[in-house]
Amino acid sequence: MRVDLVLANWPLFARGVWITLELTAVAIAVGFLIALPAGLARARRVPWVAPALGAYVYLFRGTPLLVQTFLIYYGLAQFGWIRASWAWELLRNPWWCAAIAFSLNSGAYATEILRGAFETTPRGELEAAEALGLHPRMVTWLVLVPSALRRALPQYGNEVVFMLHGSAVASIITIQDILGAGRTLNAKYYLAYEGFVTAALLYMAITFLLVLIFRRLEARYLRHLTVAR
Amino acid sequence: MGDLLRYAPILLTGAFVTVALALASLALATLLGALGAAGKLARRPLWRRLAMAYTTLVRGVPDIVLMLLVYFGGQRLLNALLAAVGAGAVDLPPFLAGVISIGFLYGAYLTETFRGAYLAVPRGQADAGRALGLHPVAVLWAVMLPQVVRFALPGYANVWQVLVKSTAVVSVIGLEDLVGRANDVGKTLREPFLFLLVVLAVYLLITWVSTLALERLERRAARGIAHAR
Repeated sequence: MRVDLVLANWPLFARGVWITLELTAVAIAVGFLIALPAGLARARRVPWVAPALGAYVYLFRGTPLLVQTFLIYYGLAQFGWIRASWAWELLRNPWWCAAIAFSLNSGAYATEILRGAFETTPRGELEAAEALGLHPRMVTWLVLVPSALRRALPQYGNEVVFMLHGSAVASIITIQDILGAGRTLNAKYYLAYEGFVTAALLYMAITFLLVLIFRRLEARYLRHLTVAR
Repeated sequence: MGDLLRYAPILLTGAFVTVALALASLALATLLGALGAAGKLARRPLWRRLAMAYTTLVRGVPDIVLMLLVYFGGQRLLNALLAAVGAGAVDLPPFLAGVISIGFLYGAYLTETFRGAYLAVPRGQADAGRALGLHPVAVLWAVMLPQVVRFALPGYANVWQVLVKSTAVVSVIGLEDLVGRANDVGKTLREPFLFLLVVLAVYLLITWVSTLALERLERRAARGIAHAR
């Protein structure tokens, strides 16, 4: 193992870590913005909207993230009208394609997580809010959403780790994320595994950090649900 | 449309590679999962620690990173070992590298599934078997296994669905699977969107068919059990 070469190229990996974190954060944030209304609409079985969202969720959860990313990065270039439109400035850029694909993917998984959390909200919580005379909109935003988000936290932690690992797909469409940095290092010095081992260690470190953060968040926001022993 | 029909045999060969890879990986993952669960449930702390290290390390790394590591690093390691015993170098075929890395990865997830299922079987079952004077192997095979299978199937089904999607990544190490072939043909014909769309459809088909099959299996494993509904 040529540790010296890895250390000499640390800016490459530092930049890779930054890009991986950036893509993961964008995907999780945009995914959440999609999932909050979508999960609510699914849980409330809004006519027309809920089945359409169901199709979106089924499509994105049933197919590989790699293919979804290829479809946006390579696939959309097939159409002349897309290449002629303003959106082409974004869609010719691999970073934007990855960000769009990852966001839509995370949005689909998060929609199901939030739908489940909304549906399992104890009826009594909502009835109590109604009995207090809260406006239906206030019941939703002050009672239903905060309560569901707390209970969705453990699964959301899994989704964040899943997205972090999924974001390694970005390196296949030439983005210099953590894995991209590892591949560049290997190619530069004709190495077999040093770049990949470094990438694996970095992903592992970030994964454990995320698990730790979510454990903290759970301890804080699910305190009222822990059973006293 | 005509292009699709003309290239259907190529895509079909690719789909065959994808399914074969997924099934072979599942077999290896099942074996590793059973060994891992046995390790986690073992009395010797050494086995427990080894199994713990396996699941923790593997689940911290993205599938692509593991695959590239096995393909390029494993190749080097294999040849170093062969050279040490005086044998000539061999090429690690991409299909084998794919099976090893995907099987190794999902074996860690199945370890948790199997461990949970084993612990879900009431203790009295094994006790009763021993009290009847059954050989320890018979207790494991005739009493525990059928019940472990029943508890493990839903989790097993989940892991399979994720594993299938994970196979898309093997095109990165040059395996001519469905994704690799569709991507090549699509680029050559300048119709990448169309061909990648077919890939999505095939993955949805695989997921759909396996859901049906797994539901049947679950019903079969649960025969003789009274349901609350």
